[in-house]
Amino acid sequence: MHKLLNNRHFLGLLFMLPAGVLLLVFLTYPLGLGTWLGFTDTKVGRAGIWVGLDNYKFLWGDEVTRLALFNTLFYTFVASVIKFALGLWLALLLNRNLPFKSFFRAVVLLPFIVPTALSALAFWWIYDAQFSVISWTLFKLGLIDRYIDFLGEPWLARLSVIAANIWRGIPFVAICLLAGLQTISPSLYEAAALDGATPWQRFRFVTLPLLTPIIAVVMTFSVLFTFTDFQLIYVITRGGPLNATHLMATLSFQRAISGGSLGEGAAIATAMVPFLLAAILFSYFGLQRRKWQQGGRD
Amino acid sequence: MSKFSRRDFLKTTAGAAAAGSLGLGGATWSADAFAQGKWTPEKGAKLRVLRWKRFVQGDEDKWLENTKAFTAKTGIEVRVDSEGWEDVRPKAAVAANVGSGPDIIISTFEDAHQYPEKLVDVSDVCNYLGGKYGGWYDVCRDYCVEKGKWIAVPMGCAGNAIVHRLSVMKEAGFSEFPKDTAGFLKLAQAYKAKGMPPGFALGNATGDGNVWCHWLVWSHGGMMVDKKGNVVIASPETEAALNYGKQLYETFVPGTLSWLDPNNNKAFLDGQIGMTANGISVYYAAKNSQDPKIKAMAEDIGHANFPIGPVGKQTELNLFFPMMLFKYSKYPNAAKAYLAFMMEKEQYEPWQQAAIGYVSHPLKAYEKNPLWSSDPKNKPYSDSMKIMLPNGYSGPMGYASAACMADFIMVNMVAEAVSGSKTPKEAMERAKARAERYYKV
Repeated sequence: MHKLLNNRHFLGLLFMLPAGVLLLVFLTYPLGLGTWLGFTDTKVGRAGIWVGLDNYKFLWGDEVTRLALFNTLFYTFVASVIKFALGLWLALLLNRNLPFKSFFRAVVLLPFIVPTALSALAFWWIYDAQFSVISWTLFKLGLIDRYIDFLGEPWLARLSVIAANIWRGIPFVAICLLAGLQTISPSLYEAAALDGATPWQRFRFVTLPLLTPIIAVVMTFSVLFTFTDFQLIYVITRGGPLNATHLMATLSFQRAISGGSLGEGAAIATAMVPFLLAAILFSYFGLQRRKWQQGGRD
Repeated sequence: MSKFSRRDFLKTTAGAAAAGSLGLGGATWSADAFAQGKWTPEKGAKLRVLRWKRFVQGDEDKWLENTKAFTAKTGIEVRVDSEGWEDVRPKAAVAANVGSGPDIIISTFEDAHQYPEKLVDVSDVCNYLGGKYGGWYDVCRDYCVEKGKWIAVPMGCAGNAIVHRLSVMKEAGFSEFPKDTAGFLKLAQAYKAKGMPPGFALGNATGDGNVWCHWLVWSHGGMMVDKKGNVVIASPETEAALNYGKQLYETFVPGTLSWLDPNNNKAFLDGQIGMTANGISVYYAAKNSQDPKIKAMAEDIGHANFPIGPVGKQTELNLFFPMMLFKYSKYPNAAKAYLAFMMEKEQYEPWQQAAIGYVSHPLKAYEKNPLWSSDPKNKPYSDSMKIMLPNGYSGPMGYASAACMADFIMVNMVAEAVSGSKTPKEAMERAKARAERYYKV
């Protein structure tokens, strides 16, 4: 025993055991179970039988699922791109020597701090067909003659929930990128300035390459969060109107829990995994490439 | 206007007066139940009850008061938790799935048929109550009887009716609320012309959306499935319903496609719409409002049952509440005693009054609850259990009917067709394809 406890390899394994067990119990098992359920026709309260790819075959032909997939991709793409652009811009602004710098940095975090369910409720009111403050303002200003039906028109509804997601997601991107910006040594900028670099060139050839690793991590997370968003949709539209804002996550919940088709819901959730993996792989193997980081091309 | 209060009622009815005015210990445990000695509680029994969260405060207060009375009478501790009604369903499903959770869950619709094998046979409770209180309405059997056995005790339903502004109706020249769909459409058009348009939820509104969309289709003879569970939604009857719905939709306030359950209440109380379908809660909110303007609105609120369509009979869907006792409960007898106690007249009628009739009774004897006659505005809700059809009409209830409702197939079909985003034929075909998936099992 004594000998064993002095064995580096054994000790290493021993110390990793708690983490391993945690991962196994809380990550691997649920993921495995979810994947397995996706291949069964399990209903709530009734064990299912193995049905192979039946769920996936059905989902592929199911218009609502296809729509949800499209919505999710659209939602994720548009929201992530805008969150990145605005977040980066905000980070660059906050990185300057502004008056009340700390105050602004704190304020920027607010949307991230407010519980999502609450901010979603606020957006639900902001977009309300009868009580929307936006419509009210525009109406009073005489710019519109009837209230905007933010959540009643499919495309308007999609854009509205995307706007809500962007509002909530910007702080995360901005603050993380700000942290990244602060690690860039000012001497690099001085050197660039001495060489006569324009502000754009300084951004393009100093800031951006050095920020890329952080961008890769931040955007991976941002994409993951957006792709799996649930709360905003569930509170604001429940996936309506006409399923125009249903995301994979909300549809999965609707089918599995409210609808009782655990197997089918699990299949929808599992179908999200390849997309998430692709996002992660893209960031790992793409954005972190040295050549890219150094401003070069393939 | 209602001149009735709980206090007035207590003055008039001796039995209930004894129960209500004495509060805690006053509620009388029925001598019959004791005499039968059917449900001798297990030693040291404790119960956990999960129910849907009240829509009207009086409901919760009285329910808890009655529960306390039960504890005082029997010594059985009962913990009552409540959750938003839409959250109870998944929780009940999980409880059924994992075999642990509250002893009693008061859920919605056909939950009992989703996991009948996990539920305790409560035929003894239901037969006792039915025998004593004039029998159960037919729809109770649809929801709670499986293979001849009661697998849940009906608590009642949250009746849904047309809520509208009487003054607008009178101005429009209607002396009474139309009884048929043709007249109803004319009335809706008149409401719109008067600047008080109707508004019915067409978003993924679990309660309000499902309720009126099912009525619309059923009233014209359309139905999701036939008696054997074959999907027959794509039919000329459904098409007629959707065409009628289109005309009705033209009168709606803009924005109903996005409406969830709370929207119509807000818009109605704000005076933006003159007609909607809802439980009695709008009236209750107006009546008890601190705002004198809204309080005055209560007098102008009228209620009516949904009109009868070409099918010639009432075809409502109401939010049904089954009380399920799970087999994993260690104290089934105590739980049965509790269920029976809560449904006894001494508890049930005052509770119904406290909730100003938000819950319509499943037992026929409670038609005589003075609540219904005291305020004529309550009346349409008193018949809710009598005139409703079961969810998944006219097929068997169970997983498929529940899943179709949860997946908003009917609501989506109506919304697609009436808004013009799909033709009625396309909308029906889409609904058919989606429903067949669930009914094939």
